[in-house]
Amino acid sequence: MSLEHFKNRNIGTQHYTTIDVGQAPVGAMQTFTQVAKRTVKGELFVGLWVTLREMINALFKGDMATVKYPFEKLPISPRYRAIHDMLRLLESGSYRCIGCGLCEKICISNCISMDTRYDENQRKEVSEYTINFGRCIFCGYCAEVCPELAIVHGPRYENASEQRAGFSLFEDMLTPIDKLNLQQEYDGFGAISPNADDNIKKTPLAY
Amino acid sequence: MEITLVETLPQAIHEVTAVGVIIKAVIILAVISAIAGFGTYVERKVLAFMQRRLGPMHVGPYGLLQIAADGIKLFTKEDIIPQNANKFIFMVAPIITAATAFIALSAVPVFPDFTIPEFVPLLGGVFVPSIASDINVGVLFVLGMMAAGLYGPLLAGMSQANKWGIIGSARTAIQFLSYEVVTGLSILAPIMLVGSLSFVDFNNAQSGGITSWLIWQQPVAFVLFLIAGFAETNRTPFDLLEHEAEVVSGYATEYSGMRWGMFFIGEYANMITVAIIASIVFLGGYDADCTLGWLFIILKIAFFFFLMLWVRASWPHVRPDQLMWLCWKVLMPIAVVNIVITAIVMMV
Repeated sequence: MSLEHFKNRNIGTQHYTTIDVGQAPVGAMQTFTQVAKRTVKGELFVGLWVTLREMINALFKGDMATVKYPFEKLPISPRYRAIHDMLRLLESGSYRCIGCGLCEKICISNCISMDTRYDENQRKEVSEYTINFGRCIFCGYCAEVCPELAIVHGPRYENASEQRAGFSLFEDMLTPIDKLNLQQEYDGFGAISPNADDNIKKTPLAY
Repeated sequence: MEITLVETLPQAIHEVTAVGVIIKAVIILAVISAIAGFGTYVERKVLAFMQRRLGPMHVGPYGLLQIAADGIKLFTKEDIIPQNANKFIFMVAPIITAATAFIALSAVPVFPDFTIPEFVPLLGGVFVPSIASDINVGVLFVLGMMAAGLYGPLLAGMSQANKWGIIGSARTAIQFLSYEVVTGLSILAPIMLVGSLSFVDFNNAQSGGITSWLIWQQPVAFVLFLIAGFAETNRTPFDLLEHEAEVVSGYATEYSGMRWGMFFIGEYANMITVAIIASIVFLGGYDADCTLGWLFIILKIAFFFFLMLWVRASWPHVRPDQLMWLCWKVLMPIAVVNIVITAIVMMV
């Protein structure tokens, strides 16, 4: 459809079709006929069938909508920005973070603070790294700017706490060395949810 | 036409004693109260399944102990009476609903006759009748008692000094004026066929298997009675006297705790009563000759109970004026025509 097509507001020149809704009854006899027809019509059973069908689908075909939340969780989108994770290199197990400080600089709520030093090989390493989750607005700039994919947003989204300030240390967010094989790689911007296929539905018009 | 199906049937040989009636009354009270409580669980479950939800799941296996949790909550809640309410009527109204619901059940056969076995101490050999009091106007009594039950909502709504309560009781009056005539007229045609007002006679008249059920002779009366029964028990689509979306909670707005619970015990007992009446009058009742008769009547009652939940999940409810229009302009003429046709067929 071109733009002109949308701009044409002259009703009657387009392909509109009127739905035949019948005529309003005129006079007592037609009203009576309408009532009599509607009385014996089985339209109410259509409604009964719809609910029974939903019940059968829910009970026997696994079409139940309930997710028992604390016990089972829906997979979240890889684009969701939850608590940060610090990743390791898969081959050596050492930190990916090179201490460049970009995340600290780009952080618009000033919640990342880091300190670096040279190690014995004259390579930079992180000595102090904290994120104040009381300040963090989860904008995702730190993960976006990181040249090494060292800081990413992980899947932990349940961050209710008893106090506003919540500091996270580098070691808290770092993948444990014994769980290196379970490390989740960031799927990249624009990645779709793992259950995206299940969530695809027909548009309402297709019904 | 004085042909009645009753005279040809053998009379009960057992003697009904006072002890048997008292046992029966206790059984009815205990079983129906328990079923009414269980009915709330079933209703929540069925409604949930029809909306693709799970319903209560966490108290006990599959949420079965939810009834106990609800019961504890209702019993231990503070009994609040509003300041400007008419206290006496406010306190009495829920009792009217619950009591009339159970009084109505006293004339309804709930389970078949049985004799307590001899080995039971004290009560051995006592004959327990199927019906607490087999009065010869059983149908009239039950319908009258259920109609009297509407005094509960009516008085409750008016006594509580709350505008939603007033609207609720006004709607109660409208509902009462609407369905009662349909109930009476729709059940009149089966009464004409059987020639008796006793439920036991209804049951015995249909003891010849499925083909002898009155639903085949009176399908119109069956549908009309069901519709009127829904109105009688305040179920959707006629739940206009407590519809949350319009009148907060109608007559039950100011009620809480056990007084509120008694309204609902009464409502569920009424649902069971209507299900029993429909099963006995139209679907053959319990088959006294068959050993599985008690099972069949329970299945029939369960079907009607399920139907009420099913309809609640499916259909929107009607406006008060639509209910009056439906009852007086559609259902009552059909009921009258049905009676006239039945009478003509019986004469010819």
